Amino acid sequence: MDLTFTPLQEELRAQARGFLEATPAPTWSRLAELGWTGAAVDEAHGGAGLSFLEEAVLHEEAGRALLHAPLWSTSSLLPFLPAEDQAAVAAGDASWTLAIGPLVPDLDTATHVAVVGGDTVWELDGTDREVLATSDETRPLGVVSGGEAGRALCSSDVLPDLRARSLTILALEAVGVGARALELSVDYVKEREQFGRRIGSYQAVSHPLASSHAELELARSLTWWAAWCVANDDPQAQVAASAANAEAADAAVLACERAIQAHGGIGFTWEHVLHRLYKRALWIQSWEASPAQLRAEVASHLLGAA
Amino acid sequence: MDFRDTPEEARFREEVRAWLETNLPDALRGHRGGGARFDGPEVRAWSRALYDAGWVGISWPEAYGGRGLSPRFQAIYLEEEARAEAPPHIGVIGLGMAGPTIISRGTDAQKARYLQPLLSAEEIWCQGFSEPGAGSDLAGVRTSARLDGDRFVVDGQKVWSSYAHIADFCILVARSDPSSERHDGLTYLIVDMHAPGVDVRPLRQITGEAEFNEIFLSGVEVPLENVIGEIGAGWDVAMTTLLHERGTLAFALVARLEVQLRKLLALAAERGATPTQREAIAREWIQLQALRLTAYRSLSALERTGIPGPEGSILKLQWSEANQRVTKLALDLLGADAQLLAPNAPYGGYWTTQQLRSRGNTIEAGTSEILRNIVAERVLGLPRSR
Repeated sequence: MDLTFTPLQEELRAQARGFLEATPAPTWSRLAELGWTGAAVDEAHGGAGLSFLEEAVLHEEAGRALLHAPLWSTSSLLPFLPAEDQAAVAAGDASWTLAIGPLVPDLDTATHVAVVGGDTVWELDGTDREVLATSDETRPLGVVSGGEAGRALCSSDVLPDLRARSLTILALEAVGVGARALELSVDYVKEREQFGRRIGSYQAVSHPLASSHAELELARSLTWWAAWCVANDDPQAQVAASAANAEAADAAVLACERAIQAHGGIGFTWEHVLHRLYKRALWIQSWEASPAQLRAEVASHLLGAA
Repeated sequence: MDFRDTPEEARFREEVRAWLETNLPDALRGHRGGGARFDGPEVRAWSRALYDAGWVGISWPEAYGGRGLSPRFQAIYLEEEARAEAPPHIGVIGLGMAGPTIISRGTDAQKARYLQPLLSAEEIWCQGFSEPGAGSDLAGVRTSARLDGDRFVVDGQKVWSSYAHIADFCILVARSDPSSERHDGLTYLIVDMHAPGVDVRPLRQITGEAEFNEIFLSGVEVPLENVIGEIGAGWDVAMTTLLHERGTLAFALVARLEVQLRKLLALAAERGATPTQREAIAREWIQLQALRLTAYRSLSALERTGIPGPEGSILKLQWSEANQRVTKLALDLLGADAQLLAPNAPYGGYWTTQQLRSRGNTIEAGTSEILRNIVAERVLGLPRSR
């Protein structure tokens, strides 16, 4: 077992963090130039030819930075798309979202919409998009109406694998979101003084932050397990993804709630970034299946159907 | 990053598994992992068999009787031992605390005298840190060590000492400078438990069993050659011991939790579980995976530096609370049957004992409050609490 990051992964992380701090709202083509949109696409199709484990580093950082781009929605679908579509994504000319329920994410940014019909995933042509006001402004939900099935993209047999990939990416984002909320809290309580002492010296303040750290580290271990399973087509990928998503979403939401409390009134204002992190964490927690539903799936894996 | 055993690790795991399968006597199978006073001659014989087969001191240096392998092989051994429900080597305190302290801070003479019989279970160790007035606050130690020529004379009382009733030696922290306060003026001693003036009394705990003891010391003579580290620098040596306690323990704890989960799943299958109980069981299974993976992550720090990092505190903290929830869940599944004691209790009262015992998990080896302080101050870098 080797659960350490490679030098390449560490380098990617540092590069991604630096870039997103300097460029909070990059365009899709800028992300393509950096090689992010086609990170796991074959080099023959213009991608970087890396594994999902390298891409996973980027998703954790994208979550941390609340990146407003269809990176998650595109990447969930990407390995199942025809080669020429993968090449277009890697080149920064295309991005995708999948309309699998009534609410569709990233309709404001994704250039293409996919839809499931029968035993096939199709491209949806000529549809009208409406982007709805959404609590997390960096990942709006919307609805599509009209349009028709265009090209066939892949068999709908891929849906369980696609779901595992999607849940894993969201879990990675959640760890990034939670870790940033915790870092902001630590920085704040180290400086803020009340009753003549820095408030981080009070255990009523420091212990909840210690709990956040412990929970996020455990969730991080699970997300990397899920990412490894996805990267290696491991038979445990689906249960690992459900487990990681449930724990990471819960850990991120709790870390944000404790962060707001540790910041006092300032953490409750619109100006502070905390509410944006919190809204993304809640978004992730709500998407596809709640932590309770995901744990029920894990229970069926362990105990058989209810 | 690779979540599979390397071929070398898989070979080692298979070797351990096959050996345990062949050699573990049926009478010793199903060890409960804490909660029992598991100290009979059959456990000494078992410990000796482990030593002879090369399963003791796997990651200790070869010069001190170990095999000099990476700590990951020690981890694999502990996982397989727990999975087989084999009792651990009886020298738990010696292997996890006294031995590593002697290796890192002891004299050559101490290494030559104590390490080999510790590995072979010929000599058993216990720990004399806590006192009635010094629990989490170890710097409040009042047991005195008075220098008298070529020896110390020790007077005082120690408490919560596992294995003291069968121990040959005790690693003991005492105040050697009566005018000193707090962390200064402490000295770390090896005390012969058979010396005149040592009196051990069992402490009956919440489960009804007596796992721990009190040690009363009156005029106990300790030769100067039994000092570990410098006279007056005992605090520093004690910190070495505690780091090792939390560092090497994690894999055994996680593996024991894995066995608990396996039993819990069997109980749920047998008795049935509501949707809420099923969700709670899934949550604990997920926590177990997270703990195991995080333990392997912490190994890389251990392999780099040779000293367990403060992240071991996270594992102990989260494990102890998980074990409390798991045993409580079992009680929930058992309903009123859980109130019965042996011989009428289901599974011989296993779950009732385990649940009561688990309340100690957030107190022993660093309370959860102390561990959160360690995480806050040493990992997150927050200002010291008072």
